[in-house]
Amino acid sequence: MTTADLPRLTISELRSLLRRREISPRQALEALDHRIEAVDGRIGAYLSRDLKAALNEADEVDVSLPLGGVPIAIKDIINVKDQPCTCGSKILRGYRAPYDATAVKRLRAAGAIPFGKTNLDEFAMGSSTENSSAQLTRNPWDLSRVPGGSSGGSAAAVAAGEAFGALGTDTGGSIRQPAALSGVVGVKPTYGRVSRFGLTAFASSLDQVGPLGRTVSDAALMMNAIAGHDPCDATCLNQPVPDYTANLDRDLRGVRLGLPREYMVEGVDAAVKDAVDAAVKHFGSLGAEVIEVSLPHTEYSISVYYILATAEASANLARFDGVRYGYRAENPSDLLQFYGRTREEGFGPEVKRRIILGTYVLSSGYYDAYYLRAQKVRELIRRDFAAAFEKVDALVSPTSPTAAFKIGEKTADPLQMYLADIFTNAANLAGICGISLPCGFAMVENGRRLPIGLQLLGKALDEARIFQIAHAFEQTTEWHKSSPSLDDQPLIAG
Amino acid sequence: MAGEIDLDVGYVARLARLNLSGEETQLFQKQLSDVLHYAGKLKEIDVSGIEPTAHAVAVFNVFREDEPRPCFTAEEALANAPRKANNLFIVPKVVE
Repeated sequence: MTTADLPRLTISELRSLLRRREISPRQALEALDHRIEAVDGRIGAYLSRDLKAALNEADEVDVSLPLGGVPIAIKDIINVKDQPCTCGSKILRGYRAPYDATAVKRLRAAGAIPFGKTNLDEFAMGSSTENSSAQLTRNPWDLSRVPGGSSGGSAAAVAAGEAFGALGTDTGGSIRQPAALSGVVGVKPTYGRVSRFGLTAFASSLDQVGPLGRTVSDAALMMNAIAGHDPCDATCLNQPVPDYTANLDRDLRGVRLGLPREYMVEGVDAAVKDAVDAAVKHFGSLGAEVIEVSLPHTEYSISVYYILATAEASANLARFDGVRYGYRAENPSDLLQFYGRTREEGFGPEVKRRIILGTYVLSSGYYDAYYLRAQKVRELIRRDFAAAFEKVDALVSPTSPTAAFKIGEKTADPLQMYLADIFTNAANLAGICGISLPCGFAMVENGRRLPIGLQLLGKALDEARIFQIAHAFEQTTEWHKSSPSLDDQPLIAG
Repeated sequence: MAGEIDLDVGYVARLARLNLSGEETQLFQKQLSDVLHYAGKLKEIDVSGIEPTAHAVAVFNVFREDEPRPCFTAEEALANAPRKANNLFIVPKVVE
């Protein structure tokens, strides 16, 4: 193996080489940086990276730690001390984080080296990463398509061998959906499992930080590092953290999986449906029992989500007023213009739309009809999952109704973009955990193949179980072994 | 809520301290009316007697010891300020 092959290793494989001192953390980091130099002009996954700072850490790191010497990319909405944190927004261009997010601090404590900040939809609002004010990120499997979003930079980096693993955030599917569209593993932990301290808040009752990796066990390794109680986030659960890698090899005999009948609806692409049907059969052959279950309020989840998420966002984004940090409009005529123009010039269109919608549903006269009603329907959605989990250990579904769509295909119609989250956002409303992993490919007209993601949802704090089920599937299928080839994909201008 | 949507984007934008161009106001009026029409579905559901859920995993009364801890220096707190002087954020004059 040459150093040029290093960036394709899984975290587990890299760890073995580092521990045996066959390579140094510095070599791993330099090999990764070369790979990024070679391909990121075509992908656009990274917004910034600081090789010098990372090399200094690499030279000091204890390789015996669980992630000792492993570089991890960080979505550019999670603070890494002294590094930029733009949230993909013009309003935070030039901002440097004065402290580490707890998830980053924990990664460092486990020996990982935060390296590079990845692109995202502005303030994590979007499903394609096209809402970034900085740049497009392209899907490594087909450069004319989106990588999904909002953690599209993290997903594309992991898929293209530009990162061994990455942190993303998931408010309505923003880890699982890009993982599915980019052909990697992505985990949305239980609400409160990972601290949100140092994550720029979008929708505080829904946001979670989670890992993306090339295998289930890599994701489990990262979860071991980032999960756990944090007094700096009052919603972070004070519950013991199991070793998520400990029981991955358990077989699936006696495991009960539920297939929500509402998730096999019209609008799911034939290739996606076929891949998920085949996955369900495969689970049967592994000894799991699969039964049909019902989540009767599924059709309301998009509406509930976009009312509650935008309401919370409109309050959270009030802090961007041009006073203490970020962009400030020049020469305003008065205080109202100071705020109004700073926010007009600093925010992009999707963020503005969501601030307007969120302000509206919270405003006098509409609060009961929209916000309060949505919170009540949220309770019904939560109960649907609780009832399903009385019968089964986990739920199986597509992660996204389609494979990766074309750049520009959905930008003109926000509602169509919102519908891309149809299978993912209920898990955030219910606070449960979920994972997406590769389960097939869709062939497209230009002869390329696009990854399809399988979603497993587990009850609150049952991450170990969905890791185990996902691992059993992964280890008996070949999907995760494919990686996209960039050699036959030239740079696309623009 | 379904049927007539009486969203006034210009008015709501003022509540949100967010200036919009005439073009944006028109575009958002149309796009957000579509979203609100779609959300009109929620009216179908009987929610009487249902308690609203604010957080899916409810945690109550989270306390910690009220102990002084290290915090930002004035310099650190001001590091990202658009304008600063004398350890203060500088903003336009608000009161005459």
